[in-house]
Amino acid sequence: MEKTKKHVGLTVFFSIFSVIYVLPILIVVLNAFKKKAYINRYPFSMPDEKSFVGLENFVEGIRKIDFFSAFGYSLFITVASVAVILVCTSMCAWYISRRDSKVTKAMYYLCIFSMVVPFQMVMFTLSKLSDMLKLGNPVGIIIVYLGFGAGLAVFMFCGFVKNIPIEIEEAATIDGCSPLQTFFKVVFPVMKPTYLSVGILETMWIWNDYLLPLLVLNIKKYKTIPIAIQYLKGGYGSIDWGAMMAMLVLAIIPIILFYLVCQKYIIEGVIAGAVKG
Amino acid sequence: MKKSLKKYFPIFMLPTFLAFCIGFIIPFGMGIYLSFCEFTTVTNATFVGFKNYMKVFTDATFLHSLWLTALFTVVSVILINVLAYAVALLMTKGIRGTNIFRTVFFMPNLIGGIVLGYIWQLIFNGILQYFGRTLTYSASYGFWGLVILMCWQQVGYMMIIYIAGLQSIPGDLYEAAEIDGASRWQTLKKITLPLSMPSITICTFLSVTNGFKLFDQNLALTNGQPSDKTELLALNIYNTFYGRTGWEGVGQAKSVIFFLLVVVIALLQLSATRSKEVQQ
Repeated sequence: MEKTKKHVGLTVFFSIFSVIYVLPILIVVLNAFKKKAYINRYPFSMPDEKSFVGLENFVEGIRKIDFFSAFGYSLFITVASVAVILVCTSMCAWYISRRDSKVTKAMYYLCIFSMVVPFQMVMFTLSKLSDMLKLGNPVGIIIVYLGFGAGLAVFMFCGFVKNIPIEIEEAATIDGCSPLQTFFKVVFPVMKPTYLSVGILETMWIWNDYLLPLLVLNIKKYKTIPIAIQYLKGGYGSIDWGAMMAMLVLAIIPIILFYLVCQKYIIEGVIAGAVKG
Repeated sequence: MKKSLKKYFPIFMLPTFLAFCIGFIIPFGMGIYLSFCEFTTVTNATFVGFKNYMKVFTDATFLHSLWLTALFTVVSVILINVLAYAVALLMTKGIRGTNIFRTVFFMPNLIGGIVLGYIWQLIFNGILQYFGRTLTYSASYGFWGLVILMCWQQVGYMMIIYIAGLQSIPGDLYEAAEIDGASRWQTLKKITLPLSMPSITICTFLSVTNGFKLFDQNLALTNGQPSDKTELLALNIYNTFYGRTGWEGVGQAKSVIFFLLVVVIALLQLSATRSKEVQQ
């Protein structure tokens, strides 16, 4: 164990480095409990008797941007969109991989192509089109997410389906399974790890997405968390930093909880996504 | 089986196909067409040929943001990848607490760009006020602020990919190198680096496209201030569409140019790093 001894220095170095790494978040948490006037002037000092305001910033922020309804919309849109994306694109990817025709090939290459296209390219036309189709509500936006997120998901599922031995599926067909039964009873169970990685990548994207919901949703009625936070910034660039700090804290908490619970899968998902991509 | 599958097209493929048309194919096609038109909404377009494109190249804000984006991408790609690779090398040496460090370094990736932008706006303004300045005092503050923010966010992500790549290098190669008396530097240069080319390809690709498409962080951190001097391409396009009436066609032309640039750069970068990959 001579080796571990040598690395004590590195452990100390990384420990200090880790603390510095989380410092920005800790500073935001500290400031969430300070009076507005103290946040900008003394952002790095601890809250004391003079500057401490308790939960005032939180109450003010929640009232100002209606945080809980933003949280609800974010949660609904993310969960529903990811669920729809997983079911639809995995079925589509399996169909594409198992049927060789011009349509399926074209779809496959279009999906790869769509991954490189920046959102700005389709942003204006997509927002007008979804307006015309009345998709500007939390249910309609699921279709938009399915369409714009299909590229990566179909591509990753196709990569996985290729590795499933076709013999199992043929055996299922001989035993009298319809394609639907084959998919849900045979293919679906073996693809679980891929569902997890695709699901995590799409969740990270949709939960944090700002521009797409801003342009597609009817903003007067529905705000997601990133949009609500951007709205704290007033018309002339003035920001209520007290409410802002409190809302940043509330926006970060669910992410950190999610991360701590699913950490292993998130990191595996990222690696799997990178290797396929 | 093949024949019977065809009947199932409406169940398996149609939903995704329709959504893909609404979410991507139709807007993309319309986008290309509208870049040759003058319009304010998509229904009142009149064809004007290359007029929008001519206007793009005489728009000083666009040329500035193009140059700035290129600079930003180069600087952030180099910094992010060098740092991430160095950390990954140290992390695979079996030091104590690796798991905790990995957890910490990856965390900022899960936080959205808007939230990150405001977190760092507070930090930077807090530091700069000791010098009597703010983040929007000079364009270079905003630029380097954005670089630091992106490093903080992305080093952990790239590190995870590099660690996976480093762990897949077979250990007997290192043993052989040790027997041959290779120095640490030689081992790194002749074994570790060439064999991690696949992960380098992926990470540079991801960081190049992330840098080029950056929007949320830019909007929340400086919003282009002072006077659009820290405005990257994606934000410039957004402001052209939604900040200047009558410029929608120009905005669409800018998007097409933006899209072509991203494709060309992605292809160039992939072929450049792929050619250095070696067979194990």
